[in-house]
Amino acid sequence: MFYLKLENVSLGYDKNTVIRNVSLQARPAEMLGIIGPNGSGKSTLIRGITRIIQPTQGKIFLDGSDVQDINRQKLAQLVAVVPQNPKLPEPFTALEVVVMGRTPHLGLLRYEGQQDMAIVTEAMEATRTLAFAERRVGELSGGERQRLTIARALAQEPKIILMDEPTANLDINYQMETLDLARRLCRKQKLIVVVTLHDLNLASQYCDWLVVLSNGVVHCQGTPHTVINARTIKDVYGAEVYVYPHPVNKLPATLIVPNKEK
Amino acid sequence: MALESFKDAALPLTSAIHPIRWRRRIYAIAGMAVLLGITIVVTLGIGSTDISFGTLIQILADKLTFVHIQPTWTSNTEIIIFDIRLPRLLLAGLVGAALAVAGTTYQGLFRNPLADPYLIGVAQGAALGAIIGFMLPAWQIVSIPLLAFVGAVLAAAMVYTIARVGKTLPMTTLILAGVAIGAFLAAITSYLMIASGDKLHGIISWLLGSFSLTNWWQVGMVTPYILIGTLIIWFYARPLNVMQLDEEQAQQLGINVEQVKLILLGAATLITAAAVCFCGIIGFVGIIIPHAMRLIWGPDHRFLLPLATFAGAIFLILADTAARTMLAPTEVPIGVITAFLGAPFFLYLLRQKKRAIF
Repeated sequence: MFYLKLENVSLGYDKNTVIRNVSLQARPAEMLGIIGPNGSGKSTLIRGITRIIQPTQGKIFLDGSDVQDINRQKLAQLVAVVPQNPKLPEPFTALEVVVMGRTPHLGLLRYEGQQDMAIVTEAMEATRTLAFAERRVGELSGGERQRLTIARALAQEPKIILMDEPTANLDINYQMETLDLARRLCRKQKLIVVVTLHDLNLASQYCDWLVVLSNGVVHCQGTPHTVINARTIKDVYGAEVYVYPHPVNKLPATLIVPNKEK
Repeated sequence: MALESFKDAALPLTSAIHPIRWRRRIYAIAGMAVLLGITIVVTLGIGSTDISFGTLIQILADKLTFVHIQPTWTSNTEIIIFDIRLPRLLLAGLVGAALAVAGTTYQGLFRNPLADPYLIGVAQGAALGAIIGFMLPAWQIVSIPLLAFVGAVLAAAMVYTIARVGKTLPMTTLILAGVAIGAFLAAITSYLMIASGDKLHGIISWLLGSFSLTNWWQVGMVTPYILIGTLIIWFYARPLNVMQLDEEQAQQLGINVEQVKLILLGAATLITAAAVCFCGIIGFVGIIIPHAMRLIWGPDHRFLLPLATFAGAIFLILADTAARTMLAPTEVPIGVITAFLGAPFFLYLLRQKKRAIF
């Protein structure tokens, strides 16, 4: 079975270590959530898995082979990224951007054929981006661009999708839509989905396994039931919250109470 | 519900519109190539000695095909066409194609609409090399182009070495280093020009660009460089497209960004040096042609690069024809023509379509 595994991984830029000694594992059809405050190293972890930066220590394994030994093209066939606030070239059409997702499957001189276009169409269908396929990226809203990058990731036909804050800057309906889609794909196509999240309630509702990062180290990890509690959130975020079972599905829900004026 | 309704729209959208777009763009490239052929034939007949179209076709048919035609023309006419006009025209076409392709490549690589061979100091390096060639007492025919070539490559190598941070080549440091080194080299060039005294005239006309002394030897010299460089760049059109995202996304889509940058920069510098070394600095082609093609045919480099190649060749052949005929027998520097024709055309295009082209 295909898996993603990090063993005592440390990551950083120059001498500045951002991630220290992180170990985790994810299996197909599993949603793995990475939560933690700003600057805890969530995005750095994604950059490490896609070999943008190299671990200073430890190893990252995909299906038993070290990521460092997989060439870039092969890696892009296995791992797709949905970046946070991606820069997309404005004069290109939405369709052209999604077609770029086929890059790792095409050589230098092979142009996309019927089969590639079928895969692209399917990806755009799933993300409801077909309606604006011929529009220019410059004319699209933030939410539409976000869905476009998800379509592009799907067009890569990866085994792992890494999503960096996919719900930031989205309205609540699109937050739900995006994560519903991620979970549906995860279950149906047996993908590993790794998602970094800000919102603890979304993390609790959608993820099977949560890794809580704090200052670059894993504070704790486990199912939402074991991880999301007032104590952990106090320790990691320094915020006093109440955690209650969700009235519908009993998953832990985080409630805030404003500080009283002293 | 929503998913179902999009399903119906799905097939017509991608399976119909996409190939049509492709076909249109491929026709455009073929049309541009045909237009280049027509331009070459027509401009061959234009000049101080007018050669009628009928005579021209007969001469071409006689020389280039196995058909033998009883000459109704003098051997002088043949010499004018094959030894004077044709090499000049071909060099203008090659240089135009080279500058347009190099400009498109630099703009794509730096994701900067103002990028062209000047921005990273390549053209200034070539100019300085050529000036030093002018100062030498002898062997100018060989030394000027050779030193121009050396200057361009050295400038590119210098910019590349200075701009490199560790193993990567960040675009911002590259442009900054390019601008600084370009200015430095231009300063030396200006100083040498003033110091050179009586040789000044030749240098100035070279700096403004000219094809007036073209011969077959020069065409033979630059053709392989421009041909190979252009083909390499065409091959890398898809990675260049993906690099319009940004470097991190391109890497995550499987592109070896540093390698692609090096190959494209190397190829673009090679063809720029080849273009600058015999005919001096010709502005505007490297900016106007790529942008005009982008405005009309969109940003996909797989079509943009071939289109820019042919359009650049056509543009410079026409500009050179104007340069040698407008004030005949005086030659107008071709840089004057390209700016005079190019700038208004560019402004017109900008007014026509006010949407993001870059």
